[in-house]
Amino acid sequence: MKSGAVSKALANGAIWGFIILQLIFFSVAGEYLSLSDKAFMDWENMLLLLKQSAPIGIIAMGMTLVMVNGNIDLSVGATFAIAAIVMLDSMTWPIFAGLGDGVIPIAWLLALTAGTVLGALNGLIVWKTGVDAFIVTLGSMLGYRGIVFMFNGENPTSHLNWTLVDFAEAEFLGLATASWFLLLVTFAIWFLMTKTVHGRNAYAIGDNREAAVNAGIRVGPHMMINFAIIGFLAALSAVVFYSESGSVNPNDGQLYELWVITAVVLGGTKITGGAGNVIGTFGGVIAIQLLRKGLGHIGADTSTVNLVIGLILIAVLFLDRQLNVKGKEELKV
Amino acid sequence: MSDMSQNASNLREGMMASMSKQQIGRVLAKQGILIAFAVFMIAFAIASPKFLSVDNVFSVVRSSAIIGVMALGVTFVVISGNLDLSVGSMMSFSTIVVLDLHDKLGPALAIPAMFAMTLCLGAFIGFLVGYLRLNSLIVTLGMLSAIHGLTLTYSGGQNMDIADKEGTWFSVFGQGTALGIPVPILIFLILAALLGMVLAKTPFGRKVYAVGGNGTAATFSGIPRARTVFYCYLISATCVATAGLIQASRSLGSQNTVGQGLELEVLAAVILGGASLLGGSGTVFKTVIGVLILGFIQNGLLLMGLQFYVQFVVTWIIIILAVWLDIAAKRGKLWSPIA
Repeated sequence: MKSGAVSKALANGAIWGFIILQLIFFSVAGEYLSLSDKAFMDWENMLLLLKQSAPIGIIAMGMTLVMVNGNIDLSVGATFAIAAIVMLDSMTWPIFAGLGDGVIPIAWLLALTAGTVLGALNGLIVWKTGVDAFIVTLGSMLGYRGIVFMFNGENPTSHLNWTLVDFAEAEFLGLATASWFLLLVTFAIWFLMTKTVHGRNAYAIGDNREAAVNAGIRVGPHMMINFAIIGFLAALSAVVFYSESGSVNPNDGQLYELWVITAVVLGGTKITGGAGNVIGTFGGVIAIQLLRKGLGHIGADTSTVNLVIGLILIAVLFLDRQLNVKGKEELKV
Repeated sequence: MSDMSQNASNLREGMMASMSKQQIGRVLAKQGILIAFAVFMIAFAIASPKFLSVDNVFSVVRSSAIIGVMALGVTFVVISGNLDLSVGSMMSFSTIVVLDLHDKLGPALAIPAMFAMTLCLGAFIGFLVGYLRLNSLIVTLGMLSAIHGLTLTYSGGQNMDIADKEGTWFSVFGQGTALGIPVPILIFLILAALLGMVLAKTPFGRKVYAVGGNGTAATFSGIPRARTVFYCYLISATCVATAGLIQASRSLGSQNTVGQGLELEVLAAVILGGASLLGGSGTVFKTVIGVLILGFIQNGLLLMGLQFYVQFVVTWIIIILAVWLDIAAKRGKLWSPIA
């Protein structure tokens, strides 16, 4: 058995073990600590959990793709807010006044286009200038957020369309609309990453860019497509979420990049690129949401959630390194 | 060490006495940030006569001092080849702690206690990144969240206020003036001079460059890589504590999210100053210039009557242009070779 095999298996399975541990812990602890009589592992509670995971989860799928590709995107939170504003505001534009509910697909299309364009812009800059994706998206995180604030100052942008709210609150086969979107996106990105040439090239580029270039893979367009996809998914996440709530604050989506990256790293994606999969990311998303909900269930406040998630992220990184380093020659200092 | 070899090659080219195109590119790459700064200042000064008045300059530097002090510490971390995204929430922590302890222990004890607590956090990060060699981006991202939670727990979610705002000498760090110069500016300049000396003139400073430039080579040269990185995070935490002190003293009361998002502005200033995120390059002086550019741009845009939020968009464009031109000058080509 090769030395990496154990750690690999653990990396693939560990997140699910962690989820099961959490379920057991919160169920037991909830018996003693919870104020409500309802059990934690209630079916409805779990369905709600899936729905609440959707905004972060949809973006996390795109982040998996971008991080496997060896890049990172810090601007997703700002893109999320811009897409939400585009969708809610465009429904009130006078040119669409006569359309009635026909405005909904147009507003969605506009919002998704905006997200895709913003993502592609990041990708184009990374490609053409050769500046590190971290710096490029750090800059656009500020810039896109500036655009959000320039649009309406510190005021919220609101528009409630009841047809849209009904659609967002609808359930199909027991699952809410947002949950369906999360599952569909997970499947789509899984398919893209494992069954297509583009996905295989994304892994190759992230693993060893030099080798990928030598193998004749055009690195630039692949990176740009991936950035466009994460922009699209950030917009899709916003569209699904704000169809229901109907009002967006200019600060919305802040720190989303933190949650998303946490989920992706928990799911076993390597920060340096070349390894990771969406199934693990899905586990990471569920694990985070479970933690938030579970800590709330046993009466801890939000500050504890922040503390615990931060420490778990570091612990995972530590464990991952311990497992991966074993057997390799490591320079002792 | 890389500076030395670069100086040597500059000298050689100088002897050949041919101002090649490449050399102009190198001068631009080395001094581009200063040239850009000068152009900005002249343009804004022409556009608005108030821009270069003493009052305005003081107010800009004073409001940049908090970002600036933190950027000094982050410069060390970045040169050593790591990142620190936790400075914003760490500053919230030290601000809240010093305000809370001010009423409980009195200011003379509160300040050292706050420094000690902030240094503990810095030491923890330094241990994780330096000795355990964990990825600094993820570690400090995690600490951003964890320290935020710690601050909320410490304050119980409440805002902190000093009870007796009139009768305390504590306000001197944020509001006082000495020799006609506001104290925050003095702190910023003294700290910058001090840390600039440490980085440029001491063996420790050279070790920081060596570790960031090529960690493996540094280890083989007998440089204690782990300890050097550890000290860099301690310096960063000290700077953050100082920034928290200035912030607390300036407002004498604070929300527990006061530092949220500052880590990005700090990093923007450091990057703007030309420090490479790969480590091994950058100076304290250039970081100060980066901080001032951000501050003066923000101020200049406001004086020109533009909306406050335009500065974010302008900062975005400037960061990317600055880093791009820096890289382009080094590789001798404007567009990247990525196919």
